[in-house]
Amino acid sequence: MSRGVSDLHLADVAQLSAQLQSGQLSSVELTQALLARIEQHQRELNAFITISADSALQEAARADERRRHGTAGALTGIPIAHKDIFCTAGEKTTCGSRMLADFVSPYDATVVQRLRAAGAVMLGKTNMDEFAMGSSNESSHFGPVRNPWNPARVPGGSSGGSAAAVAARLVPAATATDTGGSIRQPAALCGVTGIKPTYGRVSRYGMVAFASSLDQGGLITRSAHDAALLLAQMAGFDERDSTSVELPVPDYAASLEQPLKGLKVGVLREFFDGLDEAIEPLIRAALALLHAQGAVIREVSLPHLPLSVPVYYVVAPAECSSNLARFDGVRYGYRCEAPRDLTDLYQRSRAHGFGAEVKRRIMIGTYVLSAGYYDAYYLKAQQVRALISRDFEQAFHEVDVLVGPTTPTTAFELGAKTHDPVTMYLNDIYTIGANLAGLPAISVPCGFVGGLPAGLQIIGPHFCEARLLNVAHRYQRETDWHQRAPRGFL
Amino acid sequence: MSIEHSDVESIARLARLALTAEEIPQSAQELARILGMVEQLKRADTAGVTPMSHPLPGQRQRLRTDAVTETDQHELYQRNAPQVQAGLYLVPRVVE
Repeated sequence: MSRGVSDLHLADVAQLSAQLQSGQLSSVELTQALLARIEQHQRELNAFITISADSALQEAARADERRRHGTAGALTGIPIAHKDIFCTAGEKTTCGSRMLADFVSPYDATVVQRLRAAGAVMLGKTNMDEFAMGSSNESSHFGPVRNPWNPARVPGGSSGGSAAAVAARLVPAATATDTGGSIRQPAALCGVTGIKPTYGRVSRYGMVAFASSLDQGGLITRSAHDAALLLAQMAGFDERDSTSVELPVPDYAASLEQPLKGLKVGVLREFFDGLDEAIEPLIRAALALLHAQGAVIREVSLPHLPLSVPVYYVVAPAECSSNLARFDGVRYGYRCEAPRDLTDLYQRSRAHGFGAEVKRRIMIGTYVLSAGYYDAYYLKAQQVRALISRDFEQAFHEVDVLVGPTTPTTAFELGAKTHDPVTMYLNDIYTIGANLAGLPAISVPCGFVGGLPAGLQIIGPHFCEARLLNVAHRYQRETDWHQRAPRGFL
Repeated sequence: MSIEHSDVESIARLARLALTAEEIPQSAQELARILGMVEQLKRADTAGVTPMSHPLPGQRQRLRTDAVTETDQHELYQRNAPQVQAGLYLVPRVVE
C-alpha cells in the first residue's frame, strides 16, 4: 500500500515496515512527519513528557544507513515512543514525578536497548501517572493526558500517554507497563490494543520499580499483529533481571493466523458484576464472533476473584513503600531546600518530591508492613493471592483462554474520581487478577458506547502470549474497531 | 474502621514523609477508607494456605557468579546527585 507523506500516521507498523523495505519511504522522512504531528497535538493531549527530536533524527538517519547496507530488520526505522518509566541514557526519565524531574539515567533499560538494537527510532517519552500509580493519568507531575476521543475525558492510566499517543496516531506503537492494569485499562479507554505479557517474560531491568512482584513491561499498538512484531524483539531472558525467565521467545507473528476452531473460551461470570450495561452487549457480540469462528464458549467462575482489589491494595503499596525507600534526596532525585539535618532532608525531600497518590500508597504500605499489622494484612493478602492464582489455574484446566471486558465503564471525565481513592481503584477490578497470578492478558477494541471505545480482555495461562495474539488477531481480522481513529486525528 | 492521628504520625515517621498539620486528619480519613475496603479479605478462608510472594510457581531465585562485572563509573552515576564533593555525597552534618 502506498501513501503520501500527509497520511503516513495512518499506517501501522507492518505497513510502515513494508514501505521502508521497498525504499519508497525513508525513516528520516517518516520521523520528521511524526515529530511534526506530535508537536502539533502536544498542547491539546499532553501525551509526551519529553520529545526527543534531535536524537530521533540521528537514529532515523542511522536506520536508513542500515537499510542501505542491507542489515535492516523488520523494525529498522520504525518510530516508537517509550513510557517515561523506562530508563533512557541521554534523555530524561521522570516517571511522571517531581522526584525525578531532572533525572537522566546513566544507562538504557533492557527494553529500550533491545528495541534500539532492532533499529526502532525513539521519538520521545510518554506521560504517565506518577510512578505508574493511577488509573487516569491525573497523578502525573507534568499534568494530565487528554483522551483523543473526547478531551474532557481521561485516557486511563498509568500508561495514559502511550495509549493516547497511539490512539491519536502520533506514533504507531509505544511501550507501557502494567502492575494492576496500566497497559490494558488505558488501551481499552483509548480504543487501542494493549498486551501485558507473563510476569518475567520482558525484562524489568531499567524499568523504574513500583511493585516488583506485579510489574511487567509490554506494549500499546494499533493491532495484535504489530504487538507480535514488537514483542518478539522486546521479550526474552535478561541476566540483569533476577526474575527474568529463561525460556525461548516464539515467533509470535508466525502463529497469528492459526484457526480458532476448537478453542475453548471461558467467560468469567465475575466479570459481568458491576459492568456498564451498555458494554455487556459488545462483549457478548465479540463472544458470538469467536463462536462463529469455531470457538467453544462456556461460563466459568473464579470465586476469589472479587477479592483482587483488596489483595492488590495491600500487596502493591507494601512493595511500593519498600521500593520507593531508595528516594532519599541523597544520591539522585529531588532534594529539599536548606535541610536542617539528615532526617529533615529525607522527610522533606520525600514530602515535596512525591505527589499525593504516591505518598498515600507509601503510607498504606508502611502501615500494612508495620509490627502488629503484618499478619492481618500483608500475610492474609498473600494467602488470598494464592487462592486467586489457584482459581485461575483450575479454570485453565477447563478452558484455553478467559474472555471478558477490560474495564467496567468507558473513559470517565477528568476530576470525576479524584475525590475518592477507592472509587478510582475500582476501575481496575477486571485487570488486577492477571497481575496477581502473573498471567499474560491483552485488551483489544470491541466497540463504542456514546462515541467512547470499550475493550475486550483475553487472559491466558503463563507464557501463552502467542495464543492471545492469535485470538486477538483473528478477532481483528473480522472487525474494524481497532482501525477507527478519533475525529480530528485522521 | 478508624485511624488515630497519632498512628498517622508514626507511620509517616517510619516512611520518612513530613506531613503538615492539615495533612494528618485527611490522611487518617483516606487510610481508614482504603483499609476499610481491604477488610473484605477477612471473608476468605485462608487456613493452611501458603502465602504467595512470587507470581510464577516453582520459580527459584537465580544467583549470578561471584565475579567482577562492573567497572567504576562513579562520576557518571554522581551526575544525578544533588551535592557531591571529591566523589562523596554531601549531606548535613550527622556527627557534631
